[in-house]
Amino acid sequence: MENNQQAAPASPSIPSSQIPRDHRETVGDYTVESPRMSARDVNVHYGDKHAIKGVNLDLGRNEVLAMIGPSGCGKSTFLRCLNRMNDTVKDCKVTGDITLDNKNIYDKKLDVVELRAQVGMVFQKPNPFPKSIYENVAWGARIHGLANTNAELDEIVETSLQKAGLWNEVKDRLDAQGTGLSGGQQQRLCIARTIAINPEVILMDEPCSALDPIATAIVEDLIDELREQFTIAIVTHSMHQAARVSQRTAYFHLGDLIEIGATNDIFTRPRHELTEDYISGRFG
Amino acid sequence: MSVVMGEFMGSTGLLLCLLVIGFIAYQLGIRRASALVSGRISQLHSLPHYHGYFSALAAIGPAMIVLAIWLSLHESIIMNMVVGNLPETMTNKTDGEIKLLINDIRNLVNGNVIATNLTPEIQQAAKLYSDHRSTSFQLLTFVTFAITLLCGLSGYMSLSKEKRARNAVERFMMFFLIASSTLAIFTTVGIVFSVLYESISFFGKVPFTEFVFGTQWSPQTALRADQVGSSGAFGAIPLFVGTLLISFIALTVAVPIGLLSAVYLSEYATEKTRSIAKPLLEILAGIPTVVYGFFAALTVAPMIRNFGTSIGLDVASESALAAGLVMGVMIIPFVSSLSDDVINAVPQSMRDGALALGATQSETIRKVVFPAALPGIVGGILLAASRAIGETMIVVMAAGLAANLTLNPLDAVTTVTVQIVTLLTGDQEFDSAKTLAAFALGLMLFLTTLVLNVIALHIVRRYREELEV
Amino acid sequence: MTEDNSTLSPNIPKRPRTIDVVRKNINKRNAAERRFQLYGKVAIALAISFVFILFFDIINKGKGAFVQSYIALDIYLDEQQIDPDGTRDPAVIADANYFGIIRSNLREMFPEVSSRQERRNLYSLVSSGASYQLADLVREHPEYIGNTFRLWVPADDDIDMLIKGYIDRNIPEDDRRIKDNQIAWIDKLNEEGRVKTQFNTTFFTAGDSRDAELAGILGALSGSFFTLIVTLLLSFPIGVAAAIYLEEFAPQNRLTDIIEVNINNLAAVPSIVFGLLGLAVFINFFALPRSAPLVGGLVLTLMTLPTIIISSRAALKSVPPAIREAAIGLGASKMQMVFNHVLPLALPGMLTGTIIGMAQALGETAPLLMIGMVAFIVDVPSSFTDPSTVLPVQIFLWADSPERAFVEKTSGAIMVLLAFLITMNAVAVFIRKKLERRW
Repeated sequence: MENNQQAAPASPSIPSSQIPRDHRETVGDYTVESPRMSARDVNVHYGDKHAIKGVNLDLGRNEVLAMIGPSGCGKSTFLRCLNRMNDTVKDCKVTGDITLDNKNIYDKKLDVVELRAQVGMVFQKPNPFPKSIYENVAWGARIHGLANTNAELDEIVETSLQKAGLWNEVKDRLDAQGTGLSGGQQQRLCIARTIAINPEVILMDEPCSALDPIATAIVEDLIDELREQFTIAIVTHSMHQAARVSQRTAYFHLGDLIEIGATNDIFTRPRHELTEDYISGRFG
Repeated sequence: MSVVMGEFMGSTGLLLCLLVIGFIAYQLGIRRASALVSGRISQLHSLPHYHGYFSALAAIGPAMIVLAIWLSLHESIIMNMVVGNLPETMTNKTDGEIKLLINDIRNLVNGNVIATNLTPEIQQAAKLYSDHRSTSFQLLTFVTFAITLLCGLSGYMSLSKEKRARNAVERFMMFFLIASSTLAIFTTVGIVFSVLYESISFFGKVPFTEFVFGTQWSPQTALRADQVGSSGAFGAIPLFVGTLLISFIALTVAVPIGLLSAVYLSEYATEKTRSIAKPLLEILAGIPTVVYGFFAALTVAPMIRNFGTSIGLDVASESALAAGLVMGVMIIPFVSSLSDDVINAVPQSMRDGALALGATQSETIRKVVFPAALPGIVGGILLAASRAIGETMIVVMAAGLAANLTLNPLDAVTTVTVQIVTLLTGDQEFDSAKTLAAFALGLMLFLTTLVLNVIALHIVRRYREELEV
Repeated sequence: MTEDNSTLSPNIPKRPRTIDVVRKNINKRNAAERRFQLYGKVAIALAISFVFILFFDIINKGKGAFVQSYIALDIYLDEQQIDPDGTRDPAVIADANYFGIIRSNLREMFPEVSSRQERRNLYSLVSSGASYQLADLVREHPEYIGNTFRLWVPADDDIDMLIKGYIDRNIPEDDRRIKDNQIAWIDKLNEEGRVKTQFNTTFFTAGDSRDAELAGILGALSGSFFTLIVTLLLSFPIGVAAAIYLEEFAPQNRLTDIIEVNINNLAAVPSIVFGLLGLAVFINFFALPRSAPLVGGLVLTLMTLPTIIISSRAALKSVPPAIREAAIGLGASKMQMVFNHVLPLALPGMLTGTIIGMAQALGETAPLLMIGMVAFIVDVPSSFTDPSTVLPVQIFLWADSPERAFVEKTSGAIMVLLAFLITMNAVAVFIRKKLERRW
């Protein structure tokens, strides 16, 4: 079995792993050279629930990092820590260090507005504002004052929509309501909205889970293009998707980061038995 | 003790008798059901207590219906008989005068001898009236008991092993449930007819156009000798303007305060602050309007007047401002709880979207949550406006009676509701344009608030459906 | 705007880094944020301070209503004057001139008073109810005849205000209701220990009166009681029945829609319109007695029904469907399912709604004005058809009286009304917290 080298995720012919199931230290090298973001010993508690247990993880520049794992493993929680969206959740306590360009984002002096302007987020369910398509994209740029003239704003809207691959579909109806688009278009609108403020990191929380396969394929292509300019962390339920879009993959299990490594390696030579169980479909 | 009251005590007694009979019938029914199968209850189609209910209903149900119909109609029938007996010279008069006559007779019977023109005819009529009443009551007692006995016995005899007593009782329950829920329709119909009927006779005396477009309101005294309606001027514009002025002042107070407190409580406040501030706000909603009226008339109005005088302004002692301000305070919890509902209906994902773009919380609220909630908030404000327009006690106590056509909040104005109360309390003349005008104003009030409510409820429902998709 | 896709990338470097722009504006935006929060705090503070101002104002004005000033008179009951034949016949005793006895007693205390005007001022030191009080006393205790004893009679309302310190002695005599000589007499009586203030039982045991010191709220309270009993007996069963029908049985059809629309609209119809309905239907058409709690109760029933129906439906809705399915699965009829299983579970919620509806009805004034419950009624009503008034209407009537003493009485009555309302709401909250099941 060892000689099956093809990158066939979740194929039944996966080599036997050596590290037993009860091992909880992260397997694999979680550091990268000159990381954009890095998390050290991050713990998250929801009231009594220990949702994230001492996770260390780096996010490199211009890479796509996929986070996979069974439901409730904490991958979305961890993602939301990276731009402090957990602040809005009641009873949620985050400890440990998370840095963006070597600055601690949980520093009291740091303004969360500044952080989120650099670390954007795309959510599981498309959530366009009940405004026109144009306003949806222009909104972030407007509140941050990124455009000095209407022409500049027009340009931001256009380039963002183009990058999100939506321009040709909506250029004739920019005044239409954003909520009137199809699900896949709405999600691309949300991506356009995020890239319009030109962040450095984009977090994506299962961005395709509400989309049909064709829309998913479009968004996946888009993610691959966006990598040239942004750092992307994506949480996904689909191992195929992780294999298609990411360079590195992290496997979470019940709040622990079990294994991390190059996507190819994770899916072909998982070293931890839990990782193997998951990608071979024994649970998840 | 007067005849009318004695009779009411009598009818209460009758009712109690029926209830006791019903209870006895219930017990008898249960016993008979058990006896029919000699205690082997499983052989019965329905459980014994259904037989009990059935017997009780059979005994007192029909009697109760007869009692209710009799009591609600006999008064007018007897009065018709009495009036029919009066000499022609007394009855060929206008409706209003006959009503006065009837009132005299009733007063005499009830022992309130205040009628000044006690002619022998009236005294005779009063005697006839009270005779008829006691005959009617004796007859009613007899009829009630006869029906009870007849129906009760036949119900009791019909009990058998196969008797579908449960189904019969459940059919009756169903009837009661349906009747209860249709009461809402009858109430609405009752309102419409009662205000419409009197309004139509009012518009027979005063032209509709004069009422709706006239700018002079003085129902008590005639301005000219040839005045239509002969008792005064009925141009309701000053009332409409006064009502709108006070409602506007109230909304200018209530909308910003209510809306901002709702926003603060639902978006910023900690759990603890919310648990203290919300009940405190709700106290404002539970205070009776008469208390607000007292507060407006005795505390706020003098305060505003003194303040106005101190800065050289001429403020009426019953200014629109005082009534409007206090009414605004009253409406605050109304606005805030409605806005709270609509703000909470905006999905969290929308807030997350804005926050993730780096918006501050106030930017999220002002530029995403508010616009999304706007239809709901507008609906809420319309409901609040309808509240303000229909509010009575505060304006009765603090706004006064002067029908000034003005938009100056420091002047005294009067409102539709104040005039309804003034025209219908105190000495009334039946059928005078004055009394009928109150119903015409009531019609206007009902229609206005109805339209506002329908629009508001429609907007709010549409808004919710939109957000749920 | 029709650029080629290839020109995209070169566009990007032209834009400044987002973070630099954000840092430049952040202070301004945070200031706006703080301002917005401040508006919210101010709004809450204003709303809550209204609650406190209102309560403070009412309590401040009304606390005096619960005490009353009394003046001690040393009365000698001359047998010659009251019962010359010594028969102790109650009719004879009741006919005596107690009014005169009180007056002559006052004259004896201040013999220097001579002019007619001054005497009138002197007589008005004590309440006009003093002679009735004396008459009642003598009727119950004929043994007092021929003896001298000390009788505490209520002070007149203006004098009561003076004794309680509400009247400014420094303003000119013509501008106040109390004359200088009256002040002097009261001061003298006070020195002699003939003035005291104590708990005002009259306020809770008497009906209405034109004299503030004799006016009480018992009449209004029992009127409210009878009215609410009628309202409760009618609105609770009807409201619950309507809710059960709409929630459990009603088919999806036009009639149901019409009923629902009607209930929602009735909930927002101004209360005074219900008064017009009561006047036209119950009084003019069915010829029910005016001013009676029976009619008041009927009107308030129609008014509170929407509240009770809406909250009862919410209570029924909160009972999980599993319980219904379990009952039906055991072979119960739908009616048995509702009455044996669903209704008991929904009852606490329905009770809460009903109590809140009753509290609304207790505070309601306007519709009752329409059906004649505004009359001046001295007697305490004792049945559903006695002419009566209710507590809020009593407040409205007293608020119209210009005397300072009635302001105090009005505020006192408001305090009693608010105490009832707070108690009812507290009970409702208690039931909601303790008895209502959460699933």
